[in-house]
Amino acid sequence: MSSRLLNQIGLFFAALVIVSPAILFFLWMISLSLKFEIDNGAYPPILIPERFAWSNYVKVFEENNFLLYLWNSVLVTGTATVLALLIGVPAGYGIARLKAEKSAVVIMIARMTPGLSYLIPLFLLFQWIGILGTLWPQIIIHLVVTVPIVVWVMIGYFETTPMELEEAANIDGASSWQVFRLVALPIARPGIVVAFILSVIFSWNNFVFGVVLASRETRTLPVAVYNMLSYEQVSWGPLAAAALVVTLPVLVLTMFAQKQIVAGLTAGAVKGG
Amino acid sequence: MSAIAPERTGVTGDRTEVTTGRTEVTTDRTGVTADRTEVTTQASEESQSVRLAPNYWPFVVPALVVVSAVIVFPWAFTLWMSVNRWTLGQSRSFAGMENYLRLASDPRFWESLVHTLTYTSLSVAAPMFLGTVAALIFDARFPLRGLLRGVFVMPMMATPVAVALVWTMMFHPQLGVLNYLLSLVGIPAQEWIFNANTVIPSLVAVETWQWTPLVMLIVLGGLASVPREPFESAEIDGANAWQQFRYLTLPMIAPFLMIALIIRTIDALKSFDIIYAMTQGGPGTASETINIYLYNTAFSYYDIGYGSAMAVVFFIVIVALSFILLMLRQRSQWNDAEGK
Repeated sequence: MSSRLLNQIGLFFAALVIVSPAILFFLWMISLSLKFEIDNGAYPPILIPERFAWSNYVKVFEENNFLLYLWNSVLVTGTATVLALLIGVPAGYGIARLKAEKSAVVIMIARMTPGLSYLIPLFLLFQWIGILGTLWPQIIIHLVVTVPIVVWVMIGYFETTPMELEEAANIDGASSWQVFRLVALPIARPGIVVAFILSVIFSWNNFVFGVVLASRETRTLPVAVYNMLSYEQVSWGPLAAAALVVTLPVLVLTMFAQKQIVAGLTAGAVKGG
Repeated sequence: MSAIAPERTGVTGDRTEVTTGRTEVTTDRTGVTADRTEVTTQASEESQSVRLAPNYWPFVVPALVVVSAVIVFPWAFTLWMSVNRWTLGQSRSFAGMENYLRLASDPRFWESLVHTLTYTSLSVAAPMFLGTVAALIFDARFPLRGLLRGVFVMPMMATPVAVALVWTMMFHPQLGVLNYLLSLVGIPAQEWIFNANTVIPSLVAVETWQWTPLVMLIVLGGLASVPREPFESAEIDGANAWQQFRYLTLPMIAPFLMIALIIRTIDALKSFDIIYAMTQGGPGTASETINIYLYNTAFSYYDIGYGSAMAVVFFIVIVALSFILLMLRQRSQWNDAEGK
C-alpha cells in the first residue's frame, strides 16, 4: 500500500516538472505586467514586487486605443465564427451523411496551406473591390481558419450520432431540412459547442492576416500588441500587461471548457491523419 | 435530376461497402465501431430500396461556395501570378517560368529552405519526445491530475504573439530571467535570439513549449484505447516496465504517434507568428524560414509574382513531406494488419 502511495507522489512530481515551464511562464508574465520599470530592470530579477503597478493596465487602455482594437477583435472573431457555424454545421452534416470522404481531403489541404498563400491573392482582390479600409477583409479571410475547423469537428460528431431517429423521421415524411433541424441538430449540440470554442480561439489568436490586412483603425488585438513592441519605447510592464489582456479571454475559455477543447482537438487530430 | 439520382445512390452504396471493409481492418481494437458501421450499411440499403434516400447536397453547397471563394480561387490566382513579372504599383507582364528559375538560383531562398528544415525537424522531434513522456505521466492516476493537465494545455491555446512577446523579454541578454536562472546553475549567459548561432534553437524552445501539449493530447487519446490484459499477462511473465513500454505500449500507440508526427510537421513547417514576432527572420537572415522570406518578398518588397512562385514551391514542399509521412503511416498500418 505504501509503495502505491510512493508511486503516486512520484508521478505527481514528475507531472509537476513537466508542467513547470508553463507555470513559470505564466507566473512571470503576470509578474512582468505588475511591476514598475525599476523592478522589471532589477538584477537579480524580482518575482513579487513590493508595490504593484496596476497603472500598467490603465496605461494599456489609455494610450493605445486598446478598446477599439478589442472591439475589432470581437467583431472579426464573432462574425467569422457565426458565419462559419452557419455554413459549416450543415456542411459537416451533409458530408457525414454522404460519406463524402474526398471532401475531407479539401479540408486537409486547407490545413496544409500556409496562411500567407491566401493572403497575396485575397489582398489584391480586396484592394480591387475597395474594402481594404474596413473590417470585412479580415472577417472574410478568417473564414479560411474557422470554416475548416467547424466542418471538421461537425463531420466527426455527425458520424457518431445514430441514424435510426433520422430515418424514422424521414419515413414519417419529414423533409431533409426538417430532419436536420429538428432531429440531427439538437443531438449535435455538444459538437457545435466544441466547434464554436475552437473556432473562436483560433480566430482570436490569428496574427498573420491582421498584420497584412489591418490599417490603423482596423487592427485586431494581436496586431495591436505586436505594434506596441515595434514602435514604442520598450517599457516592459505595459507590454506584458497588453500581452496578458490579449490572451486572457482565451486562457479563461481554455480553463472553463477544457473538456470540450480536448475532445475537439483530439477528435479532429485523430481524424486528421 | 431524378435520372441521375439512382446512379449516384449506387455509387454511394459501393463506397459504403468499401468503407466498411476498411473499418474492419483498422477496427480490431474497437469492435464497437465495426458493429455500428454494419448497422448503418444495412439501414442505408433499406432506405435505398424504399427510395427515400434524402438529398444531402444542399447542406454542402454553401460551404462549397465559400471554400472555393476563399481557398480554391486564391490558389488558382496564385498559380497565375507566379508566371508573371509583377511588383505592386508597377505594370505586369507575362514571365513564364522566370520566377521559378530565379528561385532555383536564389541563395537566400536555399538558405531559408535549410532554416525551415532545421527548424521543423527540431520542433517536431522535441515535442514528440516530451509529449509522449507527458502523455505517459498523465495517463496514470495521481493527485491534482486534472488541474495539472489543464495548466499543461494552456500554452497551446495562448495567443502566439503574446507568448512571443513575453519570451522575447525572458530571452533578454542582460535583464532576461532565463540568463538569471542559468547563472543559478553556473551556466554562462546566452544571447538566445540575438545571436545567429542560437536563434533557431531558442525559437524551437518556444515552439516546443507551445506545441508539446498537442502531441500529449493525441498520444493520451491513444493510451486511453490500449487494453489492460496484455500488460497483466506480461507482468506475470516478468516483463519490466521498459519492456512493457517497448513491446506493448509503443506498437499499440504507434498510429497515434504517426498522426501527431504528421500534424506537428505541417504546423512546424508553416510556423510564422512566433518567428516573425520575435526575430522577423533575424539577426540578419539567420532565422528566416521560407514563410518569413515569402512574407518579406510579397509584403515588404511587394514582389507579388516572385512571392507567388515561392508560395507554390513552399506548398509543394509541405505536401511532399506530408505525403511521405502518410505513406509511412499507410505502410505501418498494412504491417499491423498483416501481423494480426
